[in-house]
Amino acid sequence: MSRDRFERALFRVLRPVVIAVLFLATAFPFYYMVMLSFRDIQELILEPGSLWPRSFTFDTYADVLDRQGFLTFMRNSAIVAVASVAVTLLISIPGAYAVARLEFFGRRQVHFLFLAVYLFPAIVLAIPLFVLFTMLGLRGSLVGLILVYIAQTVPVTVYMLRNYFETVPQSVEEAAAIDGCGRLSTIWRVVLPLSKPALMATGLYVFMIAWNEFLFALLFLVEKRDSWTVSLGLSQLAGSIEIPTTVLMAGSVVLTLPIVIIFFASERLLTEGLTAGAEKG
Amino acid sequence: MRRGRTLPEQEGRAGLALISPTLVITLVVVVVPLLWAIMLAFQDVRLINIRQSGLFGDYTLDNFAYVLAEPGFWSALVNTLVYTVAGTALSIVIGLVAALALRGRFRGRTVVRASILIPYVAPVVAVAFLWETMLNPQYGIVNTWLEEPIAFLTQARGTFLGVEVPVALLTVIAFEAWRYFPFAFLFILARIQALPSELEEAAVVDGATPTQRFRYVILPQLWRIIALLSVLRFVFTFTKFDDVYLLTGGGAGTEVVSVRVYNFLTARDDIGASAAQAIVLAVVLVVFLVVYLRFFGGGERGEQG
Repeated sequence: MSRDRFERALFRVLRPVVIAVLFLATAFPFYYMVMLSFRDIQELILEPGSLWPRSFTFDTYADVLDRQGFLTFMRNSAIVAVASVAVTLLISIPGAYAVARLEFFGRRQVHFLFLAVYLFPAIVLAIPLFVLFTMLGLRGSLVGLILVYIAQTVPVTVYMLRNYFETVPQSVEEAAAIDGCGRLSTIWRVVLPLSKPALMATGLYVFMIAWNEFLFALLFLVEKRDSWTVSLGLSQLAGSIEIPTTVLMAGSVVLTLPIVIIFFASERLLTEGLTAGAEKG
Repeated sequence: MRRGRTLPEQEGRAGLALISPTLVITLVVVVVPLLWAIMLAFQDVRLINIRQSGLFGDYTLDNFAYVLAEPGFWSALVNTLVYTVAGTALSIVIGLVAALALRGRFRGRTVVRASILIPYVAPVVAVAFLWETMLNPQYGIVNTWLEEPIAFLTQARGTFLGVEVPVALLTVIAFEAWRYFPFAFLFILARIQALPSELEEAAVVDGATPTQRFRYVILPQLWRIIALLSVLRFVFTFTKFDDVYLLTGGGAGTEVVSVRVYNFLTARDDIGASAAQAIVLAVVLVVFLVVYLRFFGGGERGEQG
């Protein structure tokens, strides 16, 4: 009994410590990011250890958005992300419906293809796509980037949506068919309205991938500054000495904030979708 | 509906029609480029002469011979392996600890849980830049806490308690663990919360201590998810490019194969050698996976739908 009592006492102390350490290790860096973004660079150099700015400045944001061009980068990122979401859903909804409901040749093998694409290393793909886009003159255009994002996310979204479509009772669809709905209008009028949470989760998943992605943006867009996404912009400017670190921190906040807001606004949907999807695959 | 076609036939056609956009885009943007990458690895191509090298160009093993003869490749492969194994193991262990700590309710649990997820959700470019700034030897906050500033990301070797350690490589591994433990945390927590409570209650009644309950009741039920997470994290980390490239650019003894592939592709404009290294990397990964599934995956095969 004494071992039990000892362990219980130990964990009663240890657990809050672990929680506090985890909280600090994850929250503090982001606090630091936000704090630096409101500071003047001189102040940072003089007092690198201080945890609260003497004076708050918004000049960093004005500088990064306007002079460094982050407004343009944000527009590019938004275009890429929204277009990727729209087209990916357009392609994966019928695909997921087919895999969930219809018996067709090769249905069982489709999973392997999707799993393979999901696990497939992007760096291998980067080489031929880089060569191809150079040959086609597509480097510097956002269209090529969107195409790649669609191809990389479609397999996963088909999988996520399929899991959800399978929970839609078949009888509802049969009722729709009896009422004269064709296959497409059954999907449109019955399945999709019932699957709104799954569609949301899937769309946000694609949005996050497209907004955060770095490698392909770097390979395709680096020579054309007007086409940079926020991620690429920050990574390219981070190397330069002329731009103060605090200004770039404002850029990091601009890059991070939309994603964090979206994630927590829809967290339930997303984590359920992610863990449910992956547990089987 | 037309006549003369049975319902299953109709269904098969409809299914293929609906899945075809998915198949086409995966085929065009993933499968065909993969085949092309393999072809490129066996050809002597640069961006300048790419148009002359066709489907029936001269195939050669020169790229592989050249790439494998370079010592840089082997050290990069070793780095990749160390980085992947350590990053995978650490992120899963920390994720497991976090899941166990956050298992029960307490005040502020939602806030802590949200905070834990941010490193994984935030864009890699932003967090890499954040780490670079925090670890900066001149004005980084971490170095103000230390007596001697350490150049975490630009110093290949240093001594810690009298032992020589690869500083930058360890930093990159720490970044990997910090950024991806939330991924493991999410999956393990979801699994733990789905466990039936009867088993644990029975163990309490039988007088099992907390560590015994963990060792003999909880952990055995988590092995499957941990095995799955190991595979996923291993595969993703082994070919990961962004994190190392953004933190160190592959310098200070942190060069991994994917960064080499990128450098050969862009800076050296040697497409053939770049492709050859990528193929070798992928083959090594597949070999590891096959070995892993051989030894550990046998029991799970039957459970897959």
